[in-house]
Amino acid sequence: MTEQAQSDSNEERLRQSLLRGRDGDAVAYHGFLKALSAHLRAYFRRRLGAWPDEVEDLVQEALLAIHNQRQTYDAGQPLTAWVHAIAKYKLVDLLRRRAGRERLTDPLDTVPDNAAELFSTADGEAAEARGDLHKLLAQLPDRQRLPIVRTKLEGLSVAEAAIATGMSESAIKVGVHRGLKALAALIGGER
Amino acid sequence: MKTDELVLLLATGVEPVEPHPVGRRHAVAVGVGLLGAGALMLILLGLRPDLAEAVRRPMFWIKLAFVAGLAWASLLAAMRLSRPGMGLAWVPAALAAPALAIWILGAFVLAGAAPAERPGSVFGTTWTSCPWLIALLSVPAFVALFWAMRGLAPTQLPLSGAAAGLLAGSLGALVYCLHCPELAAPFLGTWYLLGMLIPALIGGLLGPRLLRW
Repeated sequence: MTEQAQSDSNEERLRQSLLRGRDGDAVAYHGFLKALSAHLRAYFRRRLGAWPDEVEDLVQEALLAIHNQRQTYDAGQPLTAWVHAIAKYKLVDLLRRRAGRERLTDPLDTVPDNAAELFSTADGEAAEARGDLHKLLAQLPDRQRLPIVRTKLEGLSVAEAAIATGMSESAIKVGVHRGLKALAALIGGER
Repeated sequence: MKTDELVLLLATGVEPVEPHPVGRRHAVAVGVGLLGAGALMLILLGLRPDLAEAVRRPMFWIKLAFVAGLAWASLLAAMRLSRPGMGLAWVPAALAAPALAIWILGAFVLAGAAPAERPGSVFGTTWTSCPWLIALLSVPAFVALFWAMRGLAPTQLPLSGAAAGLLAGSLGALVYCLHCPELAAPFLGTWYLLGMLIPALIGGLLGPRLLRW
């Protein structure tokens, strides 16, 4: 299969999973994020050749960004363009932060950048990220940390988490939402 | 945390997203911006005294259409730029159209006027204050639109900031039309445009700092 055809068939499958996930289908959404993380890893690894240690952190940062902004995907827009714009934004952001500390050539100049490549390459080998999200999670205030721990790590429903924490159901939902955004900001800020 | 753990964490108990976040946030910001500009205009400037008479003149409505056209096009730009990977597509043409139209109209006005009247139709009586007052009235919309965009995902930050600023400027100008006595096309094509470009420039400069996510 050509790179373009491979990319197109991957794209349609991913797009369906994302749309189902946005309606609350956790299984489809899990499949979307899992496949996406392999594509992102391949994309970042090619562009961060000089800093392999950064790849997994950036994959996690991009996944959090994509999750937090999943509502900005327009169902009529190519998914590749949307993911590529976010991946490239996070990559450039990382390079800018690093540029403050060391001189470097921009890998975007050395590796040709095209959106179709994103979904035609994948890398399932997850390395350990250096930045530990568990530590960042511990920095969040209780009103954000507890909802995330209860619903996302322990797998309780919103109603169960509300009872377990004594918070209201809407406070649980808001806490998860704001907590994941705060987590994304912490990842970006710590490097 | 391993990436697989993060993926599981994000997917577990995922809630359905609310529909139309981009349109909703922008609608709120435009509403707040217009109300804020209206309040500022009534408190600081007041309606033009001859408003009831002015609305009978076609040029009053041409002026509103010029400003509203820019507001509409910059709203489209701001909304598209709030979604990663959307790009501007044909929106730059929609932005240029109202400006070109008012310049063409202005050129006809200047060509048809006696030489002695030409400076008057460019400078009117309020050119020294007009751009600054439009910029002042754009402040509530500017703040509200940056709030709206910060909750979304702009990836071209200077451009997104400029689009939000231009939209704020055109909303300020829309409200300013109810105070301002000027109706000459050469005036509008110069000072109104300048007034709207002040917040656009500030937005473009502040975008990378304020819209980063």
